[in-house]
Amino acid sequence: MKFMMNTNFLDTPAGDEGIEVRLWEYIDGLSSNEEKSVVEKLIAENAGWRAKYHELLQVHQSLNLVELEEPSMRFTKNVMEQIAKYQIAPATKTYINSKIIWGIGIFFLTMIVGFLIYGIGQIDWTVAGDSKSTLGVDLSKVDYGQMFNSNLMNGVMMLNVVLGLFLLDRYLANKNRKLKDA
Amino acid sequence: MDIIARVLNGDQQSYSILVQRYQSFVFTITLRYVKTREDAEEVSQDVFVKAYRSLADFKGTAKFSTWLYTITTTTCITFLRKKKLEIHSLDNERVFEVADNVDSGMRANQIEQKSKVNMVNEAIKMLSPDDAQIITLFYKGEQTLDEIALILGKEPNAVKVQLHRARGRLKEKMQKHFSEEVKDIY
Repeated sequence: MKFMMNTNFLDTPAGDEGIEVRLWEYIDGLSSNEEKSVVEKLIAENAGWRAKYHELLQVHQSLNLVELEEPSMRFTKNVMEQIAKYQIAPATKTYINSKIIWGIGIFFLTMIVGFLIYGIGQIDWTVAGDSKSTLGVDLSKVDYGQMFNSNLMNGVMMLNVVLGLFLLDRYLANKNRKLKDA
Repeated sequence: MDIIARVLNGDQQSYSILVQRYQSFVFTITLRYVKTREDAEEVSQDVFVKAYRSLADFKGTAKFSTWLYTITTTTCITFLRKKKLEIHSLDNERVFEVADNVDSGMRANQIEQKSKVNMVNEAIKMLSPDDAQIITLFYKGEQTLDEIALILGKEPNAVKVQLHRARGRLKEKMQKHFSEEVKDIY
């Protein structure tokens, strides 16, 4: 079978990308009515646009001719034999309790807010004007060693980190699942 | 949706209708990622098994094909990771080496491939899997840009730009590797 084909599009050098983008949108039917009229006018009046349009149209039409690949004749039978071994899994939403997720989230948020309030409450606002620190705290006098040597403090911080990672994991997994479902 | 409802209600045989309807699309997309038809068939079967097992999670808010192609894409990537095969990146020079190899092989089989369809098919095979997939989804998968964006987990505008560029690269491949063959044919 002999195809009728204009081979000029294969010899045309690559042109301005902006023109190509506008022409592809026009060919794909994605242009607005206003843009469509402008492009149509440009194609009609400008030889460069006309040549590029026909070049892209050839590629577009060629792509529409592409045939799908076919698997083997036994493909459907193979799949049906495989799925015979399985049951349909219950929908994810039936075994993920969103109340638990919300509960953990609220607990985590409360912890952060609590620490913030406690921290702000410890600031001596009367020395706010002290040039030593813009926070109103003389940082040179803070005993960091004592602060981070407390086992209780370390434990709470570790718990916060673990909870934070857990929530992040749940959030990303949910987002991924929603994307797949959509 | 009627077929899906029947499968969910226990009519397992109805699933064969879905398999027959979408097997060519899934197999073609898979072939954009894996090298051999044997591997593509194995991965495609895996896609349909996964889709069957997760069918209860299909909400019907998007087309079944969009949901199925998302599973296809993730299954292909997982397969490639397991096999530790190299996914040729867009800017990887090896793409061109592969393209040259494909081209050399094709020159020996010119007689068989002297058709416009084969020429375009072979040019698509020279593209990166990402480019080949987006072109296949748009032209053969009956997917809109928004749906392709869902499948690939990208923004629709990014998909639009990627599609434009993929077609540009396809045109370059055709110019580079097939201009002589095209002249011979026509």
